[in-house]
Amino acid sequence: MSSVCFYFQVHQPFRIKRYRIFDVGNDQEYFSDDSERDTNNARVFHKVARKCYLPANAVLLELLERHPEFKVSFSLSGVFLEQAEMYAPEVIESFQKLVATGRVEILSETYYHSLSFLHSKNEFRAQVALHRDKVQKIFGVTPQVFRNTELIYRNDIAHEVEAMGYKGIIAEGADHVLGWRSPNFLYQPEGAQKIKLLLKNYKLSDDVAFRFSSRDWAEWPLTAPKFAQWLSAVNGNGHVINLFMDYETFGEHQWEDTGIFDFLRAMPEEFLKHPDNDFVTPSEAIDRYDAVAPLDVPDYMSWADVERDLSAWLSNAIQHDAMRAIYVLEHEVMESGDPKLIDDWRRLQTSDHFYYMCTKWFADGDVHKYFNPYDSPYEAFIAYMNVLQDMRLRVEASRAKRKRPTGVLAAPLYA
Amino acid sequence: MAIRVLMFGWEFPPHNSGGLGTACFGLTRALAREEVDVLFVLPKRVGVATDHARLIFADDRPITVREVTSSLTPYVTGSQYEAMLTPEERSLYGPTLLDEVRRYAVRAGEIAKKEQFDIIHAHDWLSFLAGLEAKKVSGKPLVLHMHATEFDRTGGQGMNTEVFQIEQMAMMRADRVVAVSNYTKEKIVSQYGVHPDKVMVVHNGIDEEDYSYSADRLESLRAHGTKIVLFTGRLTVQKGPEYFIRAAKRVLDFCPNTIFVIAGSGDLEYRLMREAAHLGISDKVLFAGFVRGRELDALYRSADLFIMPSVSEPFGITPLESVINGTPVLVSKQSGVAEVLTHALKADFWDTDEMANKIVATLRHDTLRDTLRDHSQTEVKRLTWREAARKCVDIYHDLLVAPVSVSY
Repeated sequence: MSSVCFYFQVHQPFRIKRYRIFDVGNDQEYFSDDSERDTNNARVFHKVARKCYLPANAVLLELLERHPEFKVSFSLSGVFLEQAEMYAPEVIESFQKLVATGRVEILSETYYHSLSFLHSKNEFRAQVALHRDKVQKIFGVTPQVFRNTELIYRNDIAHEVEAMGYKGIIAEGADHVLGWRSPNFLYQPEGAQKIKLLLKNYKLSDDVAFRFSSRDWAEWPLTAPKFAQWLSAVNGNGHVINLFMDYETFGEHQWEDTGIFDFLRAMPEEFLKHPDNDFVTPSEAIDRYDAVAPLDVPDYMSWADVERDLSAWLSNAIQHDAMRAIYVLEHEVMESGDPKLIDDWRRLQTSDHFYYMCTKWFADGDVHKYFNPYDSPYEAFIAYMNVLQDMRLRVEASRAKRKRPTGVLAAPLYA
Repeated sequence: MAIRVLMFGWEFPPHNSGGLGTACFGLTRALAREEVDVLFVLPKRVGVATDHARLIFADDRPITVREVTSSLTPYVTGSQYEAMLTPEERSLYGPTLLDEVRRYAVRAGEIAKKEQFDIIHAHDWLSFLAGLEAKKVSGKPLVLHMHATEFDRTGGQGMNTEVFQIEQMAMMRADRVVAVSNYTKEKIVSQYGVHPDKVMVVHNGIDEEDYSYSADRLESLRAHGTKIVLFTGRLTVQKGPEYFIRAAKRVLDFCPNTIFVIAGSGDLEYRLMREAAHLGISDKVLFAGFVRGRELDALYRSADLFIMPSVSEPFGITPLESVINGTPVLVSKQSGVAEVLTHALKADFWDTDEMANKIVATLRHDTLRDTLRDHSQTEVKRLTWREAARKCVDIYHDLLVAPVSVSY
């Protein structure tokens, strides 16, 4: 038996507009760029909805209707769902239609697509709960399997998530962790009781996500029969092939003219030609297969860059400084009880803000540059720190307001 | 056999007065290291010039320098030229700048008749007629090196049409034009109508070996946590010093404990002083006058941020000098150096609010200053004169293999 498990990540951050020092104290709308720049969130959302979400969802719905065996799963960040509601409600409806088929699983994640686990367990749990509520409200389902932001994973995340009641967790099948072992089995996180670990088959996933349209690649062009054959070859050497990728692969990273939608449309039928093959969702994989061995991951890993570590978000001094500066506000922001202030603070935790500040390979103009709406990592940092400066003013104002005596005369100082 | 180049250039450091001399030095030395024989011709006034050719670069392949008596200096304008001549000199040199440029060209032709060479390479418009004359008498291919156009020098205001015409005519007749940036190439193509295939971009470089002074930071300037923001350059419209002062005014509202140092001299000096006084920031703007060598390096090292707000800067070597001295830079987007230095802050020269925004961020967040510094210092090691010289050698080879058969 060879099962394919699809999980697509769907996320859009609230990008910070070009926020100058002169705006501090004067402008609390940090995410409201209405210019032609790529920091205009509505503009970006409409573009990606048109190029990816709507056409890709249409293809998936067609596949679900045509093949009763076909299944997929999604993780939709809370900030994505919020923007979809604001800018393109038809995108929400198209996801609801997919979930209504009963063969589309929704995974759990932090609402704000944050790195909160690294800094505050309280904040992490709060964001996971917010996300669960949002998913229940929109889709009427309760996620059973957790995936952390950018597949950031370590033993203690599995422990935490198990304690929160999840039966599975998703991570990268990084070579430096797996060694000779295969990502095509389920594992038991070191020190955990029952929770199972699904690992991304990064080679086959990246064949689609990154290499699909690369003409330098010896396997180009990648056709559905060829890919189905590679998947079938796993038969006998594994239980489940985890194809995990950004949903924007379809139509946004790989444009329509590369043939990516035709590939997606044809792939399930090719794969199902082999009678032993089928599709599973993460929950089904967990129910069906046992963990073959414990897996010890003491250090953070992720699915980003060749390093598969935290360096995309935390490698240079400005990233560390910005991360320190946001979490140092946690106590004061929560004390304020001001919902808008808390929401703004949480939006600033989204991992993308730190990704934009990454200087790895910046000069070479690679993927970090491609996905950066700012002209440089430095511009991203400057806007971010200016916003935090404004947020500190709001925190102080809120504290002053709370301390102001109400109704009771304070004792005079000289008494 | 080594390629022999007849080069019309400008005085080397430490006797130079700007980037043109620095560029001629860096490129010529790197060419010598690429096994090119350079006969370097430069104008010198009577009393300073020596009759015989001298050899320089003891450790490398030597280059021969021929000094020609002439009163030409880089960056000189027509009116400055006439004011500069003493009564005796009026009989020695051309009475106007253009007369002198033509007189220099005649002398260049005489040299070209006597010397053996394969290629002619001339730097900036003051020597373009000399290059053309040498081409005429020798029939050898001519490369013109555009370090600045008349548009850059005047900031687009009060262009000298005779200078423009000399630049245009010379570039039309030359076999190749070297532009110091894509920014400059674009101007050469769109403003002068030169065919783009004829214009090659060779970015300037910098060699770390030239900046090994152990200059100290000026600690007294930085006492009590004072931050330093630095401008260096000629105080002319082209270099945009008034935008530096306007940005300073905005920055001081947020970071009052900051000193803005202006190192340089030029036509605008008094106007800038009046502007600083008018804005009420005279006590925060320090005019250091013309500074070079070790003193300049000390200034670079003392600064938290270096600003190059040029209105139009074909390349701009000073930001690279600053980076080599460990100080990060904010450069105008209207510059060639912005194309090659990615780890730099950038702003439009006219957007003084944006400049102030970035200056304040750098002064407030040491991590920003340090990250910029570390990355730009790594990056600048790749921007060498050797790289520039190799591109020039490729151009020479190209011209020598398929001589002048293409007409544009």
